[in-house]
Amino acid sequence: MRSYIKNMKTAAKVDYATYLGVILAFVVVSACQSAGLLSRSVTGMLVPICCYVCMAVSLNLTVGILGELSLGHAGFMSVGAFSGIITAMSLQSAIPNDLARMVLALVVGAFFAAIVGFIVGIPVLRLRGDYLAIVTLAFGEIIRDIINCLLVGWDENGLHIALNIDGTKSIASLGLSENGVEIIKGAQGASGNTRIATFTMGFVLVMITLIVVLNLVRSRTGRAVMAIRDNRIAAESVGINVTKYKLIAFVTSASLAGAAGALFGLNYSSVSAAQFDFNQSILVLVYVVLGGLGNIWGSIVATVVLYVLPEALREFNDLRMLVYAIVLILVMLITNNPTLRSLLETAGKKFRRGKSREGGVQG
Amino acid sequence: MKKQYPKPKLVPVPSTNIIPERDIGQSPVLECRHLGIDFGGLSAVKDFNMAIGRTEIAGLIGPNGAGKTTVFNLLTKVYQPTRGTILLDGMDTHSMTTAQVSRAGIARTFQNIRLFDKLTVEENVKVGLHNQTPYSAWSGVLRLPSYWKQERAAHESAMELLSIFDMQDMADYKAGSLPYGAQRRLEIVRALATNPSLLLLDEPAAGMNPSETAELMDNIVKIRDTFQIAIMLIEHDMNLVMGICEGICVLNFGRIIAKGTPEEIQANPAVIEAYLGKRKEEK
Amino acid sequence: MEFLSYLINGVSLGSIYAIIALGYTMVYGIAKMLNFAHGDVIMVGAYVSFYTTSFAANSLLGENPSALASAGATLLSVLAAMAVCTVLGVIIEGLAYRPLRQAGSLAVLITAIGVSYFLQNGAQLLFGANPVNFTPVISGQLTLFSGRLRISYVALLTVAACIVIMLALTAFTSRSKMGKAMRACSEDRGAAQLMGINVNRTISMTFAIGSALAAIAGVLLCSYSPVLKPTTGSMPGIKAFTAAVFGGIGSIPGAFLGGILLGIIEAMAQAYISTQLSNSILFAVLIVVLLVKPSGLLGKYVPEKV
Repeated sequence: MRSYIKNMKTAAKVDYATYLGVILAFVVVSACQSAGLLSRSVTGMLVPICCYVCMAVSLNLTVGILGELSLGHAGFMSVGAFSGIITAMSLQSAIPNDLARMVLALVVGAFFAAIVGFIVGIPVLRLRGDYLAIVTLAFGEIIRDIINCLLVGWDENGLHIALNIDGTKSIASLGLSENGVEIIKGAQGASGNTRIATFTMGFVLVMITLIVVLNLVRSRTGRAVMAIRDNRIAAESVGINVTKYKLIAFVTSASLAGAAGALFGLNYSSVSAAQFDFNQSILVLVYVVLGGLGNIWGSIVATVVLYVLPEALREFNDLRMLVYAIVLILVMLITNNPTLRSLLETAGKKFRRGKSREGGVQG
Repeated sequence: MKKQYPKPKLVPVPSTNIIPERDIGQSPVLECRHLGIDFGGLSAVKDFNMAIGRTEIAGLIGPNGAGKTTVFNLLTKVYQPTRGTILLDGMDTHSMTTAQVSRAGIARTFQNIRLFDKLTVEENVKVGLHNQTPYSAWSGVLRLPSYWKQERAAHESAMELLSIFDMQDMADYKAGSLPYGAQRRLEIVRALATNPSLLLLDEPAAGMNPSETAELMDNIVKIRDTFQIAIMLIEHDMNLVMGICEGICVLNFGRIIAKGTPEEIQANPAVIEAYLGKRKEEK
Repeated sequence: MEFLSYLINGVSLGSIYAIIALGYTMVYGIAKMLNFAHGDVIMVGAYVSFYTTSFAANSLLGENPSALASAGATLLSVLAAMAVCTVLGVIIEGLAYRPLRQAGSLAVLITAIGVSYFLQNGAQLLFGANPVNFTPVISGQLTLFSGRLRISYVALLTVAACIVIMLALTAFTSRSKMGKAMRACSEDRGAAQLMGINVNRTISMTFAIGSALAAIAGVLLCSYSPVLKPTTGSMPGIKAFTAAVFGGIGSIPGAFLGGILLGIIEAMAQAYISTQLSNSILFAVLIVVLLVKPSGLLGKYVPEKV
């Protein structure tokens, strides 16, 4: 066994350590939860953290592994959230089992997000750099606007869908029967949903996301994607179909975001399209960049820390977002400025040396 | 009365293409006919005709800006030719993309090294092996038996290819961190990994010292002998070109000015003029 | 006639976008970074102008100020906004962006986002989260065709300001020494430095100009739609960025053209198609344009050299 671990590549070791870390975190947190050690606010954060971890890991596939800046990741989350809610709400009587309905909703969410990812990806991936970024932003806003106009209801005749384009329609225009369910009400979004998301499901989704992304990266597909990132022309010259592999990475990323969105949607009794705006995409991007591009466990840690940080800063009250902004700027400056970084390193060394000298005097 | 149309005399088409005698039994691996490209009115390459024998080491030389790299870019379809045809194994590459040309058998290196810097040396070679490890993305994600089997095979062939240049020990280093010479060699290994029938080397000896160049010459010949492929190289180092190239093609201002063996090229007045300039008329 | 009034509306809205986009495009062209905080500088400019105006109204001017005095106060408020924003822009550049000159573009982007959060939340602390009612810099409207066409003076002023700014910037970048230095930096920063151009000062100058433009845009924007709150700048910022990309980022006439077109598209979409989907239509047009011309309307397409 020991020699097996020894022979593994560093990358594989890091992967297994990541899985192990996530499983350990889940076990510890679940134990704390069942022992009643967690406050209500902490318990409420568990499922969203899982969703954002999936969002960050999947966005890292686009930004870190494929190397294309996407500013519209929340759009896919939104597609997943609403298609998941529609699935879960309309099948409430057909599939009374919450778990089965939730799993189905996640699959549907991932599926629709993948379709939207494909439609968006074909034009987007032809562009380069900042142009690509602005178009993903544009698509994110378009998705939000369209869902803002969406009216969906369910009754025994099936799904009723309408688009409130001119602002004259309301949920009543769907003509639902008496025992129909109003699922999405335009800009108000979906409200009165049954909350069926669980922390365990969140953990399972994180594990699935990790397995998909990490295994993809360590396979020929992932190598092709990273080759395109490092040097597109060289990748073409060794026979890699650039469009195909860009699309595989982009669509996988979108569908994982869709699954995360579905879980997110099922965790709240009301969800609206406005929640999945440009700022949401940026939020996830910040997690990815601070965690390190292409660094999957980094994304996980950064997400957890940055999601918890504003909550932890609650005592600062009004100042907390300001502090958050300052922390963000400082972290970027310290990690990316050579002078500041070396300064910090020397300071760290001096501090350690100082400590050991103290110890020497005492001894 | 029947009308008489003029009937010309039929003669064999003269071909200016030359290939080594030992390859004459097989069709040339590559044939270019009247190849040309314009960049906004400027003809960068004009009427480029050339054939390369199945196991030939061919040289493409010429002064800076003569259009040598442009020819490589045309052959690999980085640029679409404005005129002419490229026949690879007798097959017209007209509608092919760069990736398809690579799969059809042309591999290349680049003048300014283009490695996948953030991947390891082994991964770089494995990317070259991409089309020889055809398991699907699904089997990769689910790690099905085909994944394990083909990955193991890819690892073994990568190591074997790296052993050409004794680079097995560097397998786990990041390509971007390698010294310059090793990067050049890795590019050749990566190109070989695609299992080409024609290998294009763009200035393989650039930046190398004489002993490194000598080693490189041995290796190029060794590669040709082991893999039985054709190699075409662009190079400014005349020792290398005259030493190992069998057929040489000289390009100036996008046009071929001479073709032949190293001896013929060295004695050709047009080549001397292109490199050294015209001697002033002495009166 | 209805169409004409929508068109004029669109052109004046577009002129605001164009002014913001000019700032975006200059910063992008020279510093090669997406300054996401640009939209929030607009908001700061508008707040400064708002508070200067109300300060002037409360303590400097009397009960019934003369027309000249109020015009002077308005001008003062605009100048104050420009001054504050210029200083702010230079400080942001010096503190947050300059240390990252060698870093990757994503690191700079995230820092810019941090600056944007900082400005928004700082404004919320200073000025409160509740929207304030901005007094337009000039009121009244021009009535044509016996009242069938009304054009507000704000719209006219906006269009005029935009054209003047565009022409001035074009002249500045093509004629002046600093403008030439800017163009040199945008082509090749390293070579510019070797030619003795102070790159840091040039980039600072660019931020100064861009931020001063943002201040003007802020005042005009809030005169156009007089609700001012800490997040006022973000959506116009994004749209102006879109406009800059639309016209070809880095190009001054491109930003102008992109801004005007975007304004017209938005106004027309709101009038004739759907208010809800007007932003979507605008973004959809952007996507189509970029697919046809991958570097924007007036941008230069530079193929990768092999």
